[in-house]
Amino acid sequence: MPNKNTQAQTLELTYAQAANAALHRSLTEVPETILYGEDVAKPGGIFGVTKNLKETFGERVFDTPISETAMLGAAVGAAMTGLRPIVEIMWIDFSLVAMDQIVNQAANVRYVSAGRLQAPLTIRTQQGHLPGSCAQHSQNLEALYAHIPGLRVGLAATAQDAYSMLLSAIHCDDPTLIIENRGLYHGEKQEVRVGGAIDPIGGATVMRPGTDLTILSWSAMLHQALAAAERLGERGISAEVINARWLNPFDWDTLLASVRKTGRLIVAHEAVITGGFGAEVAARVSSELFGQLRAPVERIGTLDCRIPSAPHLQKALIPDAAQITERAAALMLKSH
Amino acid sequence: MSDDLASTSRSALMKYLKAMHRIRLFEEKVTELRKQQIIVGSVHLCIGQEAIYVGARAAINNDDRVFATYRGHGWGLACGVPAAALFAELLGRETGVCKGRGGSAQLSAADWGFYGENSIVGAGVAIALGAALSAKIEGEGKVVLTAFGEGAMNQGAVHESMNFAAYQDLPLIFVCENNTYSELTPTSEMVRMNDLYRRADSYGIPGVRVDGNDPEAVRRVMSGFVQAARAGKGPALIEATTQRLVGHYYGDLQSYRPKGELTEAKKTEPIYLARIALQDTGVAAEELDQLESKVRNEIEAAAEEALAAPLADVNQVREHLYA
Repeated sequence: MPNKNTQAQTLELTYAQAANAALHRSLTEVPETILYGEDVAKPGGIFGVTKNLKETFGERVFDTPISETAMLGAAVGAAMTGLRPIVEIMWIDFSLVAMDQIVNQAANVRYVSAGRLQAPLTIRTQQGHLPGSCAQHSQNLEALYAHIPGLRVGLAATAQDAYSMLLSAIHCDDPTLIIENRGLYHGEKQEVRVGGAIDPIGGATVMRPGTDLTILSWSAMLHQALAAAERLGERGISAEVINARWLNPFDWDTLLASVRKTGRLIVAHEAVITGGFGAEVAARVSSELFGQLRAPVERIGTLDCRIPSAPHLQKALIPDAAQITERAAALMLKSH
Repeated sequence: MSDDLASTSRSALMKYLKAMHRIRLFEEKVTELRKQQIIVGSVHLCIGQEAIYVGARAAINNDDRVFATYRGHGWGLACGVPAAALFAELLGRETGVCKGRGGSAQLSAADWGFYGENSIVGAGVAIALGAALSAKIEGEGKVVLTAFGEGAMNQGAVHESMNFAAYQDLPLIFVCENNTYSELTPTSEMVRMNDLYRRADSYGIPGVRVDGNDPEAVRRVMSGFVQAARAGKGPALIEATTQRLVGHYYGDLQSYRPKGELTEAKKTEPIYLARIALQDTGVAAEELDQLESKVRNEIEAAAEEALAAPLADVNQVREHLYA
């Protein structure tokens, strides 16, 4: 794999533009890459993430029929035979239509062939909720995929993540899902370091240092966690906020080091609570740091329910900064 | 007997017969080992369908790629995978093609162009699309063959794949092995239009039904489509009619079969027909028996070699999960 250390520079980009820059760079530097999906080529993607790539890269970027199984099956087979396909699944809800190709096929290729075959493919998709979106367009399904050995799973929370994690995924030799969040696509421009060396997959980021409790989050919920930490600071509570970035591989070292220091952990995610990845984190941290915890590990997530379309109904289910703040303050009180 | 078989040269017929014996005798040995519980778990035998593998494989090159189903031992052997390495896989040995991780129903051997079996009906067809996409992008005229049972014709993945291959002009040959049963249920009862090859029309690709018990007929039809695919003309569908002379899986009691069906099927099965065709060219029955025993000895030796190999290393059970 070429890992060209191209000239590093800092640009002001939105999250969507940052993902586009990563795709542009991959198609430029890695001749094995192809990019396809529903409406990604001529239309440039329904969120505009793949804009102008068809014009630049021609036949290596193409539109497909609305056939998720064929799209992902083709990705598995192309990856097995030397290409590095990048496939856009427009909404993560649509990945369920082709779950067989992800779980039964892609995840099995390397292991079942005893390493004689591999499937270095990248699935780009997005999730999250926006007011008015229906229950089939607003699920947060990362835990389903993090449950599957053989799949790599990352969620980009910042424009830098959208750039760097996508490049890491494309250069990874395992099947990898990059789950973006459509609520983040067209926010304010942020400084993004582009070019330079490509990181291997994995690695959490401490976004804000603190001493009293750790808040672990990812994707859009990270921004609620950061806002909560700000409010907690005003109340004299010092929260350390970690952006998990990757669920597989998960950066246990960074998380455990933080919780060893603070003795308290809240995991906050937009996915529903039961069976969410927060449950895995809570179980592991409780087991590893049993004697050092000063309070039980708390999980904050969307209440177990289907997601209604009406904005005020959605709001009643999905946690926000205020809720994280209150739960954190309460956790401080029940600590020993 | 078909015209194809009758007009095939003696040497070609001998080659077909030998290749079909290898598959048949392999499967019979697997049956024996399964009966003795030396091989365990799910085993799907292809006895009766050998002519399709042998004929289709004769129409493609070593650097072309083959994707099959869980009933895939015959495809592996037709691609040239050594019988000992296949036995070893079924026996969980270190020398197995997948070191015991694939087993009977999910093995692969890409070094021989055999990209494997698949235990999800129709799923391998979608994966073959990607290999055909690679072949198209490489531009070296390679083709991909994807084989599946006629039961898989009712899977969404196969429909999506036929349309996808068609709109992309992919060099992909769809080989439908029609053994008349969707696992345990007659396929004719599961469709309204049973001329499955005619579905090709709806994708704008050619479709042909061929006698799947005649390796030369399969080879001839395949060759035409392969040539077109290499020239960039896109995919085609072959429906090869045959019978499965055994159950869907080892242990299938086959109570669903009408009385006398198997007896009738044995009169048109490919090894029987190839022997008659050879005898018609003047080859003595004894010579054909000798050929069979020679292959039998090779298969026995392969099974012994596999049985003597060490079990796959349990200390490496989590190896190969990630890069």
